[in-house]
Parts: sequence; C-alpha cells; structure tokens
Amino acid sequence: MPITKAFTTEIDYVSILDEHGNFDAQLGSDLISNDELVQLYEQMLTSRRFDEVAFKLQRSGRMGTYPQNMGQEATSLGAAFALEPHDWLVPCYRENTGLFHRGLPMEYILLHWMGDERGNQIPRELFMTPLAIPIGTQMLHATGLAWASKYRGESNIACTFFGDGATSEGDFHEAMNFAANLDIPVIFFCQNNHWAISVPGHIQCSAPTVAQRGVAYGMDCVQCDGNDIFAVTKVVKDAAQRARDNNRPTFIEAVTYRLGDHTTADDARRYRDEEEVEMWKTRDPMIRMRDHLKSLNLWNDSKEAAATEKAETLVAEAVKRAEEIAEQPVSEIFDSMYNTIDDPEMIRQRQTMRTSSIGQDPTQVESTEQVN
Amino acid sequence: MANLTLVQAINLALVQEMEKDDRVIILGEDVGLNGGVFRVTEGLHKRFGGDRVVDSPLAESGIIGTSVGLAMAGLRPVPEIQFEGFLGPAYDQICTHAARMRTRTRGALTVPMTIRVPVGGGIHAPELHSDSPESIYTHTPGLKVVMPASPYDAKGLLISAIRDPDPVIYFEPKRIYRAFREEVPEDEYTIPIGKARVVAEGEEMTVISWGASVVQCMSAIEKSDRSIELIDLRTISPIDMETIETSVKKTGRVVIVHEAPKTCGVGAELSARIMEHCFLYLEAPVQRVTGFDTIMPYYKLELEYLPDTERISKAIDEVAVY
Repeated sequence: MPITKAFTTEIDYVSILDEHGNFDAQLGSDLISNDELVQLYEQMLTSRRFDEVAFKLQRSGRMGTYPQNMGQEATSLGAAFALEPHDWLVPCYRENTGLFHRGLPMEYILLHWMGDERGNQIPRELFMTPLAIPIGTQMLHATGLAWASKYRGESNIACTFFGDGATSEGDFHEAMNFAANLDIPVIFFCQNNHWAISVPGHIQCSAPTVAQRGVAYGMDCVQCDGNDIFAVTKVVKDAAQRARDNNRPTFIEAVTYRLGDHTTADDARRYRDEEEVEMWKTRDPMIRMRDHLKSLNLWNDSKEAAATEKAETLVAEAVKRAEEIAEQPVSEIFDSMYNTIDDPEMIRQRQTMRTSSIGQDPTQVESTEQVN
Repeated sequence: MANLTLVQAINLALVQEMEKDDRVIILGEDVGLNGGVFRVTEGLHKRFGGDRVVDSPLAESGIIGTSVGLAMAGLRPVPEIQFEGFLGPAYDQICTHAARMRTRTRGALTVPMTIRVPVGGGIHAPELHSDSPESIYTHTPGLKVVMPASPYDAKGLLISAIRDPDPVIYFEPKRIYRAFREEVPEDEYTIPIGKARVVAEGEEMTVISWGASVVQCMSAIEKSDRSIELIDLRTISPIDMETIETSVKKTGRVVIVHEAPKTCGVGAELSARIMEHCFLYLEAPVQRVTGFDTIMPYYKLELEYLPDTERISKAIDEVAVY
C-alpha cells in the first residue's frame, strides 16, 4: 500500500497594516472607525507613558519589580477592542493596554507592583482576573470561565493572554485540550514576544509557528502581526464569532517583541543582540499607527503634543492615587483569608500580631508581661 | 580562602563539582547565558558549554521530570527552579516520582539529583517569590531538605547534596544571597547532610532556626544579656536530633524560629520531638516564632509577616522567665 497523507494543514498569517505603512483596505476597511482609531492610538500613548513612569518609579524605589509592556501595546489593546465589555479578559502581566481599554483604573496595576493586594481587587463588572505571576496557569481558568458561560447559556466568552514561554507549560496544553474537546468558547491569545526572560523562542517551540500547536488539539489557529492593531482586531473578532456561534476555541499567535527588559530586575543586554532590538523598534506598533493616522489626516504634531500632555496628566493622577491610598491595616492579611475566620488560633494570631511572639497560649505565659 | 557571598559560594561549589564529575549537569530556566536570575550560575555556561548548563523550556514539571530520568540513567542533575513559588507544577515529579523511586523499585532505580530553589521573603519581590514551603517537602518521605544560612555552609552542603545518592532539595535563602560575606576555602570540603551547627553556645536557652531567620536570631541574641545557644538546623530533613537533644537537656528552654506559617511548620515537628526526647528536662513550654497562618502577603506587609528581631526577643524573654 502506498503511504498517503493522513492530514495536512496550513497556518494563515494576517497582516493588514505593516511597518512600511502598507494598508490592506479590503481586509481593514470596516474593522475600526476613524474615531475609534484615534482613541486607540491615544490609549497606546497613555499606556506607553504609564510604562515609562512605572519604570522610573521602580528605579527611584517607589515601586517594586515591574515588567514593561513597551512594544506590545497593540496586542492586548486590539483584543480588548474586538471583544464585548462582558467578555472575560484573563491576562498574564503584559496586557496593561487592553486592561486600561476595558476600564481598569491605572492605579490598580501600580498597586499590584507596589506590593499591595488591593491592585487585584478588580470590580466584578470589568470581567477580568488579576495579573497572573506563575507562568501558564491562567489559561485553564479562562477555559473554566467560558465553560460556565456556556453552561448558563450566556453570551460572554473568555480571552486569555500568555507568552511564548507559557506554551511550554503543561497547563497550557491541558487548557487547549479541554477547550477543544468540550467545545468551550475561549480564545487563547499568545503574545509571542520572542523571549521568555533570557530564553529565546526556539527553546520553547521548534515548529515554524507557535500557532500550529493549536492544530494538534483540533482547534482553529492563526498567526497575525501582533504589532498591527488591525490584524489583531480582525483575528480576535473572527475568533469571538466562532466562539459565540459554535462554542469553538481558537488559538491565536500574535507575533510581537518585548522591547524592554523582562522586568526591572532583568538586563536583556546580557543575552540578546542590540541589532535585533533596533530592528524591532522599527516595527513599533505605535509608529505605524501614528503614521497611518497622519496619512488619513486624522493626526498631526499638535494633536500628538496635546495627547502626550493628556497622557502625562492621566498617568500622574494614577500615580498619585496609588501612592496616596490609605495604609492597609496589618490585620488585613487575616481578614481576607476566608469568608469568615472561625479558627480560634487564627483569631488569636490576628489579635496579637504585634504584641506577641505568637507561640504560646496566653494562659501559659501568665508569669510574663506582654511586651510590645 | 576567599571572602564570598552565599551566591558566590554556591557558584564555586557548582564549578568544582562540575570540574570533578562530568555526570553533573545543570538545567533550568535562564540558567545558561543569563547565569540565572540571581546570577548563581554565572559563567558556568561559558565554562562548561550548553550541553552541561542547559537553558530549558519554561516548564517546571519538565525540568524535574527529565531530571528524574537523567538521574535514573546515572547522571547527577542539578535542576534549578527559579523561585519557590514555581515549585507547584514540579510537585508531582518531586513527590510522586523522585521521592519514591528508590523505594518502589527496591533500589533498582535511584534519583541522585539536587533541586536548587531560592526561598523565602524579605526582598520586596512580587507575588509567589517569597514563600517558605520547606515543610511540604520535609513531610514527603524520600526527600532530603537542606537550607544553608552562611556562605561556608552553602558550599559544603551543596557538594554533599550533589554527591548524595538520593534526591535533595537545596533551598537557598534569597534574603541573604548577598547580605554578608564569609571566608570560604577554595579547597573542596563537605558539610554532612543531617548535621546541625551550633552557631553560639549558651546555658539558659536554646534557639533553633534555619535559613535567613538565623540572622534575625543572631541579632536578637546579641541584644539579650542571657546566655543563649543558637542552633542552625542546616538540614531540615533529616533533623539532627542529637545536637538538639544535647542542647535542650542542658538549657531546658526552647524557642523555634521560622518564616513559614506556624501550623504544621517544621517547628511543630521539632516541638513534638523535643517533647518525645526531652520532656523531663523542659522548664518552659516550647515557643514558636513564625510566619502567620496566612498567605504570604505582598511586599508592603511582608515585614509584618516575617519573624523579626522584636518578636524573637519577646519569645526569648517570655520563655526565660517562665
């Protein structure tokens, strides 16, 4: 018997506005209105400013470790724009722009990195989960959130974000498998930014595309230019429709680049070439967006100056709100542990945090004064 | 003899063991070109090459699971898990496989690997970068658990761990990675696994601790005018009961200090064993100074959570006058 093909496939690559300013009018015409385009650019500008300020806050000791989003603004922004306000956003930690677009006040992200859990106390109506620090675990949660929506007959879906490194984790594969086999309306959005801290993408995936990982699970998958907000918007809209109409998941690989270090604790010069970074700077999503707006006569230098000033004000106000938030009572670390604290030992620990060494039952130390 | 930080002492031990034994290989996230996020493996990739210092895919279960295989085949893998908070995905491979392999094969297959893991709080790190999970692995039969509190011990203990025929979790207290330097001999030496260190001798009380908390204990003891014996456990599993018993029978009073939550922390086991071995010698109830039974808070409140000198001093005073 001759050997036949059991299966063959192709992966689409979607690009609508490339780094040279070429615009595919056929694919891009009805995706984003001119007004929306201006708003999205202003949001990118604000997010980039936020990134710069957050970096300086860390450097001056006013904030802890911070992962810059620089260069990846179009990915989460395009996705959040393409989705409905009640669709779940299940982020990693480089999706500031999309979260701000959805309505997350910027001080929440600052508070998180300032070591304050209130940065995760996100209003329920924003339909987003807090930043996920361990890598690759949140895709399963997105699958569960979308599953619940399907179970209840509701229309909202979920979109989860993660990097190329996360596709090496077991949980990623389990999430993809659950979603495909149980028909869950979830979108897996991989921000392939080429670097997992110091480890290059080919250590995570030796196939030509990360997107094709979805093929093995029997789900639709697509690769797009992640620095092209039109392309991102299109692939997410298509995926959302597939999810809403047929409960089918989609795997999206958005090709982008981490222009900054992994976090403020990292120094990328140790492991990657400056030429590579310089090349990707020419593909900065904001440059092509601004040039495109100018070509449409929607933007000019005075608008840029005004928008920059507005962004600076918005970010400065967010920093002020984050830094001036009331101090948390120390007992808060107990109060948020359970719905109610019934355990007498925990109650005792809570009451004596700073007045006791916590070890002994007070009735056993009657012979000593409580020392502050 | 060189004056080294804890990070440098670990690096030196790795270099020397890798030079001596080509079965020793390192794998983990960012351990290669980047030299590890704490620079513990700095220079090793250049020195020993990419076949022995391996930047792995980002997958903790994969790192430990393949290390189990490498070790069963006779190599001496030294996998790194980047932070203790990322041990979760590797738990299955550590506890379900590495810990059990010798027993379930009755010795036909063994897992001589050393899992290096930065541990503990106090460095203003993000979420899941500050926990103290040592009791989980101490409670898992089949593992050895080590945590040095000084550069000298760090080198000697790591060499012992790498040469040990069974799986060892080598916790590195990141708060003291660069906190101080110590004379560390260039020549190879080992600190035996399972042997505690008497840091300071005393007559009135025994303070037992390990990892970064040892430093807090030393400062509390310096502030006290009592004669206090300080024991640095160094190895958490197996516990050196001989050293503890000798000390407690002499002093009759005990304070145990650890960063991990109180309930079912290693302090609970120590306290129970002291009851079993030294009950008739005790002059006071054993006192524990620990983290609280809560999730490790984000860094704004982490110093409220971690045992500090004041809380330790208070326990010392309470136990002393009981």
